[in-house]
Amino acid sequence: MKKKVLTVDDSRTIRNMLLVTLNNAGFDIVQAEDGIEGLEVLEESNPDVIVTDINMPRLDGFGFIEGVRQNDRFRAIPILVLTTESDAEKKNRAREAGATGWIVKPFDPSKLIAAIERVTA
Amino acid sequence: MDMNEIKEIFFQECEEQLAELESGLLRLNDGDTDPETVNAVFRAVHSIKGGAGAFGLDDLVSFAHVFETTLDCVRSNKLEASQDLLKVMLRSADVLADLTAASRDGGTVESSRTSGLVAELEAYAKGQPLPASAAAPVAVAPESVKTEAPAPVAEAPEPTDDSGFQPVPFSFDALDGEDELAIDGGRSVFTVRFKPRSDLYAKGNEAVLILRELAKLGDLQVRCETDDLPSLDMLDPEGAYFSWLIRVETESDEEAVRQVFEFVEWDSTVEITAGADEEAFSAPAASGEDQPMAAVPFDLSLLEDEPPVSAEAAAPAAPAPAAGEPALAPANMPLAAKAIAEAEKKETVVPAVPAAPQTIRVDLDRVDRLINLVGELVINQAMLAQSVVENESGGSSAVNLGLEELQQLTREIQDSVMAIRAQPVKPVFQRMGRIVREIADMTGKQVRLVTEGENTEVDKTVIDKIAEPLTHMIRNAVDHGLERPEKRTELGKNAEGVLRLSAKHRSGRIVIEIADDGAGINRERVKAKAIENGLIAPDANLSDEDIDNLIFHPGFSTADKISDISGRGVGMDVVKRSIQALGGRISITSKPGKGSIFTMSLPLTLAVLDGMVVTVANQTLVVPLTAIVETLQPEKADIHSFGPSQRLIAIRDTFCPLVDVGHILNFRSDLANPIDGVALLVESEGGGQRALMVDAIQGQRQVVIKSLEANYTNVPGIAAATILGDGRVALILDVDAVVTASRGQPLSPDMMLAATG
Amino acid sequence: MRISGNDMLELIAFTLGDQEFCVEVMSVREIRSWTPATILPHSPDYVRGVINLRGVVLPVMDLSQRLGMAPAEPTQGHVIIVTQIGTQIVGLLVDAVSDILAVPASDVHPAPDLSKTMDRNLIRGMLPMDDRMICFIQLNALTVSIEREAA
Repeated sequence: MKKKVLTVDDSRTIRNMLLVTLNNAGFDIVQAEDGIEGLEVLEESNPDVIVTDINMPRLDGFGFIEGVRQNDRFRAIPILVLTTESDAEKKNRAREAGATGWIVKPFDPSKLIAAIERVTA
Repeated sequence: MDMNEIKEIFFQECEEQLAELESGLLRLNDGDTDPETVNAVFRAVHSIKGGAGAFGLDDLVSFAHVFETTLDCVRSNKLEASQDLLKVMLRSADVLADLTAASRDGGTVESSRTSGLVAELEAYAKGQPLPASAAAPVAVAPESVKTEAPAPVAEAPEPTDDSGFQPVPFSFDALDGEDELAIDGGRSVFTVRFKPRSDLYAKGNEAVLILRELAKLGDLQVRCETDDLPSLDMLDPEGAYFSWLIRVETESDEEAVRQVFEFVEWDSTVEITAGADEEAFSAPAASGEDQPMAAVPFDLSLLEDEPPVSAEAAAPAAPAPAAGEPALAPANMPLAAKAIAEAEKKETVVPAVPAAPQTIRVDLDRVDRLINLVGELVINQAMLAQSVVENESGGSSAVNLGLEELQQLTREIQDSVMAIRAQPVKPVFQRMGRIVREIADMTGKQVRLVTEGENTEVDKTVIDKIAEPLTHMIRNAVDHGLERPEKRTELGKNAEGVLRLSAKHRSGRIVIEIADDGAGINRERVKAKAIENGLIAPDANLSDEDIDNLIFHPGFSTADKISDISGRGVGMDVVKRSIQALGGRISITSKPGKGSIFTMSLPLTLAVLDGMVVTVANQTLVVPLTAIVETLQPEKADIHSFGPSQRLIAIRDTFCPLVDVGHILNFRSDLANPIDGVALLVESEGGGQRALMVDAIQGQRQVVIKSLEANYTNVPGIAAATILGDGRVALILDVDAVVTASRGQPLSPDMMLAATG
Repeated sequence: MRISGNDMLELIAFTLGDQEFCVEVMSVREIRSWTPATILPHSPDYVRGVINLRGVVLPVMDLSQRLGMAPAEPTQGHVIIVTQIGTQIVGLLVDAVSDILAVPASDVHPAPDLSKTMDRNLIRGMLPMDDRMICFIQLNALTVSIEREAA
């Protein structure tokens, strides 16, 4: 069974990079452009793991993660935060919101895959 | 899709982000205090940085990083978005745009431009803005703003690895430097005590996955301690009761071991000690159970196959309901709404977002192809109609009806396809903001650019082509139109000049105006210059309008010395020619002391044109309908000879020069007899009407514009070509060029040189 | 384009009056029969005008006149060789296509410096073939003067 990854990022560039990288690594991908869409897509697509950006319009990554954790169906799903933020503050906020782990942009494919595999069974 | 395509997407996205950035900064500059505006500005820079990092565009990353840091201060209300700061930021946005362009096209941006701004941005972030004038490059790295030290661009912290993350402080002091623990073959032994808290599971982590990860480093001996496990009736299904004692034998160092716990160290207690704690492993479990907890290899292979089962088996306390398991509590609110409600509770600003219309991105080539095909369809439909008329002697009514419907449909398809290419002028207008800032800086003038009608739509090809003449006119307006601040104050005007750039639709064309509140045209000086250059006779009696329009005359320039700003010797005549080349017109109105208004009107599309099909010397020509005021059948009595070769036609109470199109285009050497033909009264740029003599009018119709330049070259007097219903090529007349030629300047190569030079 | 002696050249030969000329097959997009062209004002004499090539506005050059010989008097029998010159497509009006050849590039001899009327830049070389002599046209040079004259 292929694992399904939901990627949430407002940057077309990053969405495409994730798509290519994860496709090559044999994952199924569903995409969303911001937190609001992410929560909608989540319901329909039932992913195994989520990779999300922090800075997004409408609903940012923190809000999105909180939204996921409040959803009884998905509250235990692994969520990796994908962000250029290298300062601890953002990471801590993401963790407080319920992030499982993080990947610092720019990521190389192997790091991304490793992080996903680390949090998925 | 490969990386090059993604890079292409990245640069496209940069364009959008840069536009977003600039418009956001301008809104802030106008006093917008909506936090979402700051957020959007921040996101734009952040996004560029993120993408740039992915492609290793280090210059871009470094600059964006510094910019972002300062924006973050504004975003978190640590820094006020003062006018001065916004000025710096707008300039930074310009440099960011240049760096982006340089990354795309392989150029470079002078480091002096970036370093100065970096110093200014960093000073703001530190809360110690440099005095406005002291924007000199600073080589000293300032102390850290928050957690990391932003250094000058060249050595800005490279946020390209994980090192930016500082693990939350656990005390491992005692262990530092204990590297003598290596046992055989460079392998070290570490003892790890790992006690998760329930938060660990709540965040989607799994103790067992951590162990699996740890097993990748080397050999493990794992003991699970279950002492804390309460009796079943006390058991919280989501509690965390187990802890692990792990002996790792690995070639990796302690840091690598710690890395495994990176995601969970907040939500668990992790102690890593160098060396084996044999005692812990050999000692009986504290619970008093009699089984000696000798190191039992932890069977991780179980994990490979049936994850959920083995996960539960191995870690019964882990609550993690597998995704897809029935929800424990019904979600009684739609998710998104719930999330928003949550967010609002926390006073996070989530502005109401109107549902955006759905859009898709389409490659421009595809649209162009479609437009070409529709163009062919229009031509084919016309050819079909023509052959039916010719062969069927009237045709059956059913055929005619069908043809009429076909024509209707074709027209509708064409309009719809054209609409696909229609784009708002906004991006071009936004670019002008930057031009204004640059020239204001260079000239020391104060200028405020006000734009109106940015959402007015026009065909993309038109948009692409107006940027250059527009830039030139804007430069001209600031450089020559607006007075210096001192002078303005002296005159009782606001020291800051206002440049108004507006767009609107008017009778099937787009009208763009550039109005300044400067000094207006200095008619005395223009006239003197024109006389000096031999453009007009010293005793010429010109109206104010005539004088104003002299500035469009080839070779005319009022600037006493060629200024760097308004272009290297390129005058308004070039602007006029390039606008005419688009089928547009330009005019000026000016009031001394009050300012000038340049008005240009352009066709909404360069793909089709409504034209009058005429015959001239056995050739078929198309005259753009927009140029024609009326058509006349000249009477002998109306024609008057004037001078050696001029003829005038009396129209009501005025005399209008006659222009023999066939003669001017060299289709015939003799002048045609006006009585035998038809006169098209046209309005020409730069004032005055002309009567164009043609032999006959065939009719009016919409034609598809085909470039002559694509496979040939510019033809004087001809704007473009088209294909008519008979399948033959017809030329589209360049009315203004023909009129200009009739004033005595032949359609000569020289003239074309002036236009393209 | 550089010619090395071992390369084979594929050529289309055609006639202008009693002379034979050729161009590289690679540059030829198609060959079509003559149709009357729409006259372009203020263009060099050898530019016959433009025709509609399936929606493309194709300039047609009277190659005979371009090479300094008598202008063609086109009939239904004349053909237009549609060539790709740089980024442009240009039609060459010729009397008739005579041959398709494949010859080693080493067979191409430099053009003699005889002709005063013919611009030597237009000739890439000469190809002796049995008792024939075929003149190899330098396509890139054909349109240069149009730009110069019209620009």
